[in-house]
Amino acid sequence: MAVLEVRGLAKHFGDFKALQGIDLATRDGEFVTIVGPSGCGKTTLMRVIAGLEKPTAGDVMLNGKVITPLPPRARHIAMVFQSYALYPHMSVADNIAFPLKARGVAKGEREALIRWAAKVLGIEALLHRRPARLSGGEKQKVALARAMVRKPALFIFDEPLSSLDAQVRAAARAELRQLHDRTGVTTIYVTHDQIEAVGLGDRVAVMQAGALRQIGSPQELYYEPANTFVASFIGTPPMNLLPRDGVIVGFRPEHALPRAAAPDLADVATFAIRVTRTEFLGSEWLAYGSIDGAFDNAKVLCKLQQDVIGKVKLGEIQDFVVSRALVRFFDKDTGLRTAPVTV
Amino acid sequence: MAGGNAGGGHRSPSEPSERIGIADRDGVVGVIMLAPAVIYVLALVAIPFLLAIALSLSDATVGNPGIHHFVGLANFISVVREAAFVFALRNSIIITAATLVLLTILTILQVELLARNFTGKRIAEILLILPWAMPVALAAVGWLWLLDSEFSPIDWILRAVGLLGPGTPLGPANNLYYLGREWLGIGAVVVINVWRTLPLSTIIVLAGRTAIPNELFEQAELDGAGYFRTLLQITLPALGTLLIVAILFTVLVIFGDMTVVALTTRGGPGYTTEILPYWAYLKGIQGGALSQGAAIALFLFPVLLAASILALRMAYRSEGQ
Repeated sequence: MAVLEVRGLAKHFGDFKALQGIDLATRDGEFVTIVGPSGCGKTTLMRVIAGLEKPTAGDVMLNGKVITPLPPRARHIAMVFQSYALYPHMSVADNIAFPLKARGVAKGEREALIRWAAKVLGIEALLHRRPARLSGGEKQKVALARAMVRKPALFIFDEPLSSLDAQVRAAARAELRQLHDRTGVTTIYVTHDQIEAVGLGDRVAVMQAGALRQIGSPQELYYEPANTFVASFIGTPPMNLLPRDGVIVGFRPEHALPRAAAPDLADVATFAIRVTRTEFLGSEWLAYGSIDGAFDNAKVLCKLQQDVIGKVKLGEIQDFVVSRALVRFFDKDTGLRTAPVTV
Repeated sequence: MAGGNAGGGHRSPSEPSERIGIADRDGVVGVIMLAPAVIYVLALVAIPFLLAIALSLSDATVGNPGIHHFVGLANFISVVREAAFVFALRNSIIITAATLVLLTILTILQVELLARNFTGKRIAEILLILPWAMPVALAAVGWLWLLDSEFSPIDWILRAVGLLGPGTPLGPANNLYYLGREWLGIGAVVVINVWRTLPLSTIIVLAGRTAIPNELFEQAELDGAGYFRTLLQITLPALGTLLIVAILFTVLVIFGDMTVVALTTRGGPGYTTEILPYWAYLKGIQGGALSQGAAIALFLFPVLLAASILALRMAYRSEGQ
C-alpha cells in the first residue's frame, strides 16, 4: 500500500530536456498508466522514480517520504523492464530467488515466497527451466514473479507487453490487471499504446515532449481532452481537429452521423463533408473525406455503423451532424481547451 | 555479360547470365578457400611436428642433422635425468599458473573499470592497451632497465623510502638483483608475462562485457544486489566461457613461449629460472643436441594439446548458446 508523488521533477541530458517539471501523485493502490509517443520522457520518468537516474531538479516521494537520494535497492520499488531482463544463466527459480537472496531472506521463507509467486502466476512447471527456453509470455510471468516476491510498495512496468505478439498480449494485459486487483499494489505502467493505457489504467497520464499534458480517468481523457495533443492521441482513430476562425473545432469520428441517417436529432452541429473513400473494418466503416466552407477543405474522418453506411454517397457534399454536447473547442495558438462557440 | 552483347543478340542488361563461373561451383570454391589453411597446417605444423617426433627418437645433432639412426626413448630418459629438467618443468608450471591467476584477476579488474564511464577513460584505455602495441625490442629494453642489477629505478625508490640498503627491512645490499635470484627472477618473468598478455585478454573480455545488456545490471541493482554479488552472480557467469577462452589462449602462449626468459634471466642463476621451451632451445640449437632439444619440446605437447582442446570446446560451446 503506497502513494507515490513526484514534484517538479526535471531531468536534463546535456541540452536535451527529457523531463521538464513533472507533478504527479498516485492514490493508494491505484493503477496509473503513463502514455505518450516515443521520446516523450516516460521511460526517463520511470527510471528517475526507480532511482536508476538522478533527477536534475525535483523530488520523488513514497508515502510522503522523500526518496530522491536513495539508491534503487533502498526504495521498495520493483521494476519490470521491457526486455524482462531475466538473468540468462539462472533457472527460473533462481531468477525469482535473486532479490530475496540479495536481501538476505532465509532459505525456508524464500522457497515459500517462490512457491507463492509461481502459483499466483501459474509458472510452477517452469521453475527449473532457463530463460532461453521460455516463450515471451512465460518470460513476462517470471519477471512479474521476481518483482512480486519482494513485496514492493510500488510496481513499475516499462512497456512490459510490447515484446509479446498480438495474440498473447491481450491475455497478458488481462492477467496484469487481475494481478494488480488481487495484490492491490500501487502500479505505474508505461506504454506508448493508448489502447493499452486506456484499457488498463484507473487513471491515465499523457506525456509529450517531457511534460505531463493531462492526467485523468480514461473517460475524462476521451470526452474532455485538455488540449489538442490529448485529443489527437487518445482514441482510435483520433479526434477530428478542424481549424476555423482562430479556434480549433474537434469531434470524435464515431460521434458523426450523416444527416440523412438521423433526421430528427436535435441540438446538433452540422458539417458539410465530401466523402471520398470508405474502408470496411468489420463491425464498422471508416469514411475519409474533406470538410468544405469555413474549414478550408480540412481532412476529416468518420466512423460509421453498418446501418448508416448506406446513406453515404461517395464524392458528394453531404451534411453530417454531431451532437453539440460532443463538440470540443481548442485555442488555435496554445492548443488548450476553450469555451464553446457556435458552430 | 559483355560477351553476350558483343555477339549481336538483343539482350536487356537485366537478363541473368547463364554462364556458370568458378564461383558458382561449390566443390571448386571450397577447395580454393581451404587450400591456404591446409597448406599452412601441413607445412608449418604437421611436418615440423612429425619431424620433432622423429628427431626426438634419433641421435641427430646440429652438426649432423640427418635422421638415420633411431635410439628409442634414450633422449627422453637422459633429459629427465638432468637436474635442469626438474627446474624447467617446475618453473614452466609455476610461471604459467601464476600468470594465469594474476591475469584473470587483473583482466576482470580492468574490464570492470573500462566498462564504466569516467573522465579520462580514453586516456586510460590507451594506456592499458599500450603494452600490446609496444615493439618487443623496446619493451625488453624498458624491462631490463627496470630490473637492472645496479640502475633499477625500483631499487632507487625502495632506497629513497628507506626499505632497501644497509639496516633496512629488505636487507643490507643496495640492490635487489631481480634477475639474479631464483624467486625474484621467476616473479619478474610472471610480471612481464602478465604485462604483455593483459591488453589482449582485456580486449577480448571487454567485448563480451559490453555485450551484456545494461538492463541486467540495472535489474540487479533494483533487486538489491551489491557490487560483489553483481560481479560474481551476474557479470562473471554472463562472461563465462569468453573469460575462460581468453585465459586458456593466453596460457597456450605463455607455456610455449621462451622470449621473456631468454631476454631477462636466461634461465639463471644456474637452472633456477629455467623453463622447458628455453631449455629446449638452449640444448637443441645452442648446444647442438638437436634430438634432446626435440625431446624436451615434446614434453610441452600434452599440456598444450589439452589446453587447446579445452579452449576450442569452450569456444564452440559459447557459440552454441
